[in-house]
Amino acid sequence: MFVRRYLIPRLIQYVLVILLGITAVFFIPRLLPNDPVLRTVAELRARGSTLEPGAVDKIIADLTEMYGLEGSMGEQYWAFWGRLLRGDLGVSFFQFPTPVLRLITTALPWTLGLLLTTTILAWGIGNLVGGFAGYYSNRRWSHLLDTVAMVLRPIPYYIFAFALLLLFAYVVRWFPVSGGATLGRQPSFSWAFIQDMLWHSFLPAFSIFILGAAVWFQTMKLVVQNVNGESFVFYAKLSGVQESKIVSRYVIRNALLPQITGLGLSLGLIFSGALITEIVFSYPGLGTLLYNAIITGDYNLIMGITVFSIVAITTAVLIVDLLYPFFDPRIRYM
Amino acid sequence: MKLFRDLLRDYRFALGFWALCLLLFFAALSFGSPYDPTVWGEVPRDQRPSAEYWLGTDSNGQDIFWLATFAVRNSLIIALIAGVVSRIVAVVVGMVAGYRGHTTDRALMFFSDSLLVIPLFLVIVMLAMLIRSSLNLVTLGLLLAFFGWAWDARLIRSQILSLREREFTQTSILSGANTLGLVFNEYMPYITPLVFSTLINNMAWAIGLEITLAILGLLDLSIPTLGTMLYWAINYQAILLGRWWWLMTPITISLLLFVALYWLSVSISVYLDPRTRVQRIGAG
Repeated sequence: MFVRRYLIPRLIQYVLVILLGITAVFFIPRLLPNDPVLRTVAELRARGSTLEPGAVDKIIADLTEMYGLEGSMGEQYWAFWGRLLRGDLGVSFFQFPTPVLRLITTALPWTLGLLLTTTILAWGIGNLVGGFAGYYSNRRWSHLLDTVAMVLRPIPYYIFAFALLLLFAYVVRWFPVSGGATLGRQPSFSWAFIQDMLWHSFLPAFSIFILGAAVWFQTMKLVVQNVNGESFVFYAKLSGVQESKIVSRYVIRNALLPQITGLGLSLGLIFSGALITEIVFSYPGLGTLLYNAIITGDYNLIMGITVFSIVAITTAVLIVDLLYPFFDPRIRYM
Repeated sequence: MKLFRDLLRDYRFALGFWALCLLLFFAALSFGSPYDPTVWGEVPRDQRPSAEYWLGTDSNGQDIFWLATFAVRNSLIIALIAGVVSRIVAVVVGMVAGYRGHTTDRALMFFSDSLLVIPLFLVIVMLAMLIRSSLNLVTLGLLLAFFGWAWDARLIRSQILSLREREFTQTSILSGANTLGLVFNEYMPYITPLVFSTLINNMAWAIGLEITLAILGLLDLSIPTLGTMLYWAINYQAILLGRWWWLMTPITISLLLFVALYWLSVSISVYLDPRTRVQRIGAG
């Protein structure tokens, strides 16, 4: 029953969204009235390289092939999927001839490490503190935290990142201004490297964590205040159940459900926010890769990162959705 | 007016409202600016704040105070275009999906769900990169509007779904009102407050994206906006060179703007319906 009523429709939606997203990424540039090939040539010229007339034709032919712009729109579209399914995202133009896929897989562990740690920590701690603040919503510390969250909440990631950077890397100089590790150091599993890495990623991680936790704190506090009014809480209090048990077992557990849905929905936002944070801190992840790709006009690389992110985010949302029944015993998808 | 006075009693609304008024006044000052914001080198470069240059000058040779007045004005114009146009799309999609139901509903909601799930930011970056040469205030506003309606269309749809079951719907259908008239005359008053509170959220979102795109260097960098001011400050390594006054102005203004817009929207949502604020705050 679960498979037919829930799993299959959800999987169909998942596949359709990816198809739609990637199709959009394919067609949008082609429907716009400009030619990426001529644009790239123009940018090469603008950057001061002098090109022989013969060389220009050669470059145009190469680029047309490389961008997959040969043949009719339909043929291009099928060829595009064919290459995509073989895992071929083309080669980066400005780090020629490194495949886009390799550039992405090099940057990915950095982004993944940063994002997973901060998202899980922010979600967990934000919800825990928010849960208690919602239950004891009349205490003074609860009001204080609420005000702090009201101010932090609307601040965009990069603005907060700049403020942290000015404060801790420029005024106090506790943390380095940029980078994921000391320059020139080879990634390894030694303790020294890990220490160095943690020291470098502290500020970017901290900025994502604080803003994320503020959001979860706020929503959790509101949900808990609503759950508090439910009759089962009242009944538990009347029957003399220990208060700590009411908060942790009954109230927070019930209030967590919408938060899990929220986590799935906000993954896209968290992801794009983290990309900008990486740019501010020159952290060597996907964000910085994207930034360099934009600066150099590396069309294939941008396309690759976009396709990759669409697949990654939709998959993450799918996983969160599928895990939902484990948290809510009432939902069995019958 | 009574509504407004009620709202002003909430300290969050009052603070947000006066902060926004202050920023609007600041933006209006741009009409009296002694400098042309697109011309560089009209004042000495890299001056600290002084009696002559209130907030200092930047490395392009522009007076930061007067530049900022233009920046606030332009950022607000972009946000307003994005907000208003996407509200129109959201209302139409939400109403049609909610009222027609069935296949229309499923198709429209599938489309808006897809917009919600896809990392939109990257798609917008890609688009902006391709049309960079023609990105001015209006086209940027429209671009953001195209992507900013999905969540709010969902909210409006769910409102319509519940309105459709009310008795007055049956009455007006039986008394011969046509669908369009019913939807726009009878449902609109219920939707209007929702449209306003989401307008504010959407404007904040648009300003945030404008700044993001500008930091990436994807906008026309000669137009002063909050984002392009930050772009130039980063581009000239203002942090490393210790020119704090250059970064401080756009950051302080955007902080004020974001907090003001957010507090306004929270306060309006609470006023409209204290019970649904969870959903709206969760919408980001």
